[in-house]
Amino acid sequence: MSVRLADREGLLSRLMLLPAIVYIVALVAVPFVVAIAYSFSDVTAGNPGYDWVGLDNYRDNLEDPVFRRSLWNTFFFTAATVGLTVVFANIVALLLTTDFRGKWPVRFLILLPWTTPAALGAIAWVFMLDSLLSPIDWILWQVGLLEDGRHMVWLGKSGLAKASVIGVQVWRLVPLAAVIIMAGQSAIPDDIHDAAAVDGAGFWRRLWEVTLPLTRPVIAVAVLFGSILTFTDMSVVRVLTNGAPVNQTQVLASWAYVKGIDGGNLAQGAAVAVFLLPLLLAATIAILRAVRRWEVT
Amino acid sequence: MAVVVEAVGLTKEFPGGHRPAVDHVDLATEEGEYLVLLGPSGCGKTTLLRMIAGLERPTEGEIRIGGDVVNGLPPRARRIAMVFQSYALYPHKTVRQNIEFPLKAERMPTEKRRERAEWAAELLGLTRLLDRRPRQLSGGERQRVALARALVREPSVFLLDEPLSNLDAKLRALARDDLKDFHERVGTTTIYVTHDQVEAMGMGDRIVVMLDGQVRQVGAPQAVYERPADTFVATFLGSPPMNLVARDDVIVGFRPEKALPAEALGGGLDGHLRWTLEVNRIEYLSGDRHLHGVAEGLGKPTPVIVRLPATVLLPIETGTTHDFVVREDDLCWFDAETEQARERPAG
Repeated sequence: MSVRLADREGLLSRLMLLPAIVYIVALVAVPFVVAIAYSFSDVTAGNPGYDWVGLDNYRDNLEDPVFRRSLWNTFFFTAATVGLTVVFANIVALLLTTDFRGKWPVRFLILLPWTTPAALGAIAWVFMLDSLLSPIDWILWQVGLLEDGRHMVWLGKSGLAKASVIGVQVWRLVPLAAVIIMAGQSAIPDDIHDAAAVDGAGFWRRLWEVTLPLTRPVIAVAVLFGSILTFTDMSVVRVLTNGAPVNQTQVLASWAYVKGIDGGNLAQGAAVAVFLLPLLLAATIAILRAVRRWEVT
Repeated sequence: MAVVVEAVGLTKEFPGGHRPAVDHVDLATEEGEYLVLLGPSGCGKTTLLRMIAGLERPTEGEIRIGGDVVNGLPPRARRIAMVFQSYALYPHKTVRQNIEFPLKAERMPTEKRRERAEWAAELLGLTRLLDRRPRQLSGGERQRVALARALVREPSVFLLDEPLSNLDAKLRALARDDLKDFHERVGTTTIYVTHDQVEAMGMGDRIVVMLDGQVRQVGAPQAVYERPADTFVATFLGSPPMNLVARDDVIVGFRPEKALPAEALGGGLDGHLRWTLEVNRIEYLSGDRHLHGVAEGLGKPTPVIVRLPATVLLPIETGTTHDFVVREDDLCWFDAETEQARERPAG
């Protein structure tokens, strides 16, 4: 009697896990270890020989005002993006769960940004925010908020450029967050809303005292995902401003790319990227704990 | 002073429904009355209740509470309180916060709110549970919290939507007593929805029997039971239901417990209708004997059920035929075509 492969569960489970393990080792673990190793070396694109330099790269980075601005921008953009995303996503989720004529096309359009790759979306926004051709400027002319023929130059001024980066990130993340929050909202039984209405609560009291507290766990999930996706994203800044004006909008990820790939200083770039680690670690732990709690209850 | 709730030609059609969920219902409570809406699932009783609460907008007709038309008013303007089948407690709030919520919505000052919540909790024996959350409570305790939340702001009308159906049988009997007792103390007009005829018969001052969105009969439990308005009410109420026997252009009906063996009565069969029962099966249920058999002599031979009380000791075997009688006053007559109650036909 022969034992078939399908009966050997131990072997089978290992075989099935193999692709995932290969993927993680080759594309996550190896680059991660290499990045940390490089950050303590003087490796450049021109001279790939490995020489240990200790904390020199970190010291240089910390003394570099562009790096410090990138570090600050990364946190600031993430906080602002996530904050605005949660507000808008809640509004969108409430709108999407209400019954109205033509809600299907509206849902489709609202969710569209999420299906667009970040880089493509950013390219579209480069046009929207163009210094001469911006349709937004044109709209501002039509409604009289901007003098005819004048331009906002969205991506050319520090404040506006930062606002633009945050705006595009929010545009990109709201659909995902809205879908997550919508799932949480639709999990609240109708009876609870009816009871609140009978108990005399108006729209705002129901929102603050019933809907939001009951969706808090899923909002936390949306915050977590939003934070990771914004914190680690380089494509929006890279495509939209490429750090302009004069590195005012640089973030860690884009600055690591500028230093390491554009500039060829792999060691310094790696040292910049390592600064992403603490927050990602904290977020990962938070996710794992949340997942475990869901499994328990 | 208790308040009267009225429905006038009240109709609700849901988009896509093949018939109205509630169909031209006219109904008025009496002051301080305990009115029970009874009917099978899907008969429109909950929709009717939700329209009174303001959770559903009527397609047609009027709702009046205390004489004022409240169509279009939101629930909070109607001075009603509702207890839901699921209790719908706020899971993230403590018992105290749950009970205080309606008062908070009224912007009652914190001190007074506390006082009122404690009064309501005391009334329902919840004082020691005030700091718990709903998921730490038993079914019966949750139900009492829902009641406390409903009564805390002293509404003019209580609306109860199958509040006992999530309790186990033992607890349900206790809760029934509590509810009735509570109603007697506060005297607030109460509309109670149920599909359970035992609850309806036991608790209602009057019962509204509904089917397919229409009111079939309104009356005191005894009247509805003994003088059903049509064959639906006759068979929906009572377990086993009323026996119906076709006879020419009428239907004659009698309750299973109204028939007795002729021998049990001895003499004096004046005013009784005499017929025979061929017994096919006997069920012995809590002391009573339920005889399943075919009745002859009432009309067409028809399967009927007779309930012999435990006090009738006469031996009866399966497969035998016996003479039975029903008091003529206990017979109900229905028109064969319309199935509506009618006078006893002449002759």
